[in-house]
Amino acid sequence: MIGEIILIAILVSAACAIPGVFLVLRKMALMSDAISHAVLPGIVIGFLMTRSLSSPLLFVGAVGTGLLTVILTESLVKTGLVKEDAAIGLVFPALFSIGVILVSRYTGNVHLDIDAVLLGELVFAPLDRISFLGYDIGPRTAWVMGIILLLNIGVLALFFKEMKIATFDPGLSKSLGFSPVLLQYILMISVSITTVGAFDAVGSILVVALMIAPATTAYLLTDDLKTMIILSVIIGIVSSVLGFLIAWALDASAAGAMASMCGVAFLLAFLFAPDRGLLSQIRRKHSQKLEFAVTMLTIHLSHHRSEKQCDLECHEQHLTEHINWDRHFASQVVRKAIGDGMISSSQGLLKLTQAGEQNVKTAMME
Amino acid sequence: MIFLADYTLKIVALGSALLGIVAGSLGTFAVLRKQSLLGDSISHAALPGIVLAFMITGSKSSLILLLGAAVAGWIGSYFILGIIRHSRISSDGAQGVILSVFFGIGLLLLTYIQSQPNAAQAGLDKYLFGQAAALLKEDLWITVIFGTVAIICMALFWKEFKLMTFDPIYGQSLGFSERATDLMITALIVIAIVTGLSTVGVILMSSMLIAPASAARQWTNKMGAMVVLSAFFGALGGVAGALLSSLIPNLPTGPAIVLCLTAIVILSLLLSPNRGILARSAQRYRNRFAFSLQKLLLDLYHLEENHTDGERAHSIKTISLIRSREGNIRIALQALESNNWATQTDEKLWTLTQDGRIQAEKLLNKGEENL
Repeated sequence: MIGEIILIAILVSAACAIPGVFLVLRKMALMSDAISHAVLPGIVIGFLMTRSLSSPLLFVGAVGTGLLTVILTESLVKTGLVKEDAAIGLVFPALFSIGVILVSRYTGNVHLDIDAVLLGELVFAPLDRISFLGYDIGPRTAWVMGIILLLNIGVLALFFKEMKIATFDPGLSKSLGFSPVLLQYILMISVSITTVGAFDAVGSILVVALMIAPATTAYLLTDDLKTMIILSVIIGIVSSVLGFLIAWALDASAAGAMASMCGVAFLLAFLFAPDRGLLSQIRRKHSQKLEFAVTMLTIHLSHHRSEKQCDLECHEQHLTEHINWDRHFASQVVRKAIGDGMISSSQGLLKLTQAGEQNVKTAMME
Repeated sequence: MIFLADYTLKIVALGSALLGIVAGSLGTFAVLRKQSLLGDSISHAALPGIVLAFMITGSKSSLILLLGAAVAGWIGSYFILGIIRHSRISSDGAQGVILSVFFGIGLLLLTYIQSQPNAAQAGLDKYLFGQAAALLKEDLWITVIFGTVAIICMALFWKEFKLMTFDPIYGQSLGFSERATDLMITALIVIAIVTGLSTVGVILMSSMLIAPASAARQWTNKMGAMVVLSAFFGALGGVAGALLSSLIPNLPTGPAIVLCLTAIVILSLLLSPNRGILARSAQRYRNRFAFSLQKLLLDLYHLEENHTDGERAHSIKTISLIRSREGNIRIALQALESNNWATQTDEKLWTLTQDGRIQAEKLLNKGEENL
């Protein structure tokens, strides 16, 4: 059974990661938050009509309310009376509230309760099975998410070029005849369908984590769209499987643990990403500062070398006074300058080398 | 007024009113600074703070839990600002990550302590959707104290906040730090959010910030008036929602308040006298009608010019030939008549009056001048 749960976790996170990449690139990440809240009334209405959580009508309802969110938000923005962020923030809480009220008033004793909406029930997902010709062919959620994953891959394969252009250059895309609006709606439909499918497993709120966190993590690691999609699928899968195992050990919410692991992955990338990570930013800034200081040192030495006080001015001890470096930084600079072959030092007296002279010349010329 | 005699209801109504005032007035800044959704992220991010505060202290006192919420919310917003500053991820992505991950951590911790044998944690999940009916006097005091502090801060730094909201570059040139203002306003928003968590819950709290301010924005262009109005709308929606939820069984407070606030927003969008949707479509209709009158006047004038035989009056049929699909001609002609620009002859034919001719010539001259 654990195997089946892990399979579902993999399918859910892979299916979520794909539309997530485009949401992040198009700066619409919060639209997934809005849609994931707003599908609730659609699901509830579908459930109330069919009294079953596996009816396709739930998908229809949820995709309907998901699209309704987008349409309402856009028409609010179009009136010019509210800004886009406020429009999103007005629409989805209202729809979500309707959903919560419907749940708490009309679904009293049935399976659909608030916790299931928020958390999903990954652990129970394998219990809901489907059979074909009398043979058990596996958990329903796995099939549903598998189909949604294939759908997302299919849309991606069909419209990859168009999505790419529409994402990075909407103007060009329009002039080439692909309507960015149409592609946006395709994306929104895919987000809504994925959200409803994943809702069973991870709950309506944490879908956002699986869509946005892997994609932003991948965005810190690469500049290439294809690589970004593949990376975010991998990051999503790894964090959700790890998350599930942690939740299993702690006997806590699988969805919560999966989202937490997505957060850990993001944090790691944010700190340690090779080019854009915080550490490499700091290191780069430091080395730039040092390089500049070395150039300053060589210029300083070249200024003072023919003066009488040369012995005094060109001394490592003196730098703290003259250039206002602290002792530690000064010795760092001198060490780097010696390492770079710019200067030589004999008993603390610093002297420019050939390369150092050259460095001064180029620096002054510029 | 009878039901206000009920002690619980009194507390609920008072608490929601106070909350509406605090959230409404501080929400003004969030909306004007285009940071509406920051509130959503902060309130989601507050959840792990609540649970951790309980895990560390073992206490379920609202004050301690809400302090935990405030710390977590503030850390979350600090992370969001940090991610935006130090990476190429834009604000929506940063908010999406922090919101969902913090909320996930919160749920992980919440379900973890729920699976523990002692049942002391029962009731923590009221912070998800809020439960006005469970408000205690203690909660009221917390709202009053937090809210007063926040509103006093706002009043003290009013000029600075206003300046940094509308013209941050000018503000910086005067020596105010954008970063410090950001952090302070965020801290105030955190306070506003925290005061509402037990009533409205973490998921819907952002609405308390956005909705009253968005509604108030429709009625005024002055920031001071907007804050006051927004506080009023917040209190109105808060009380209405909380009372409804107390009176109707199985109606959770948070969603009830959100729907009341949404109704206020919709009414404001429709009815506001200057920018409202109704006012604007009425204005558009009036403009179109005035334009069609002018056009009709000119048409009559040209008809006269072209009929050199002196035939100056025309039947509605003739006039409608040159004015196909332009609304009801009879009404337009009657409007011209009431302006004394056209009159009807005895044979039911229409002709321009002298005034009408002068008016048409004025229009034509104006048109040529504009060319």
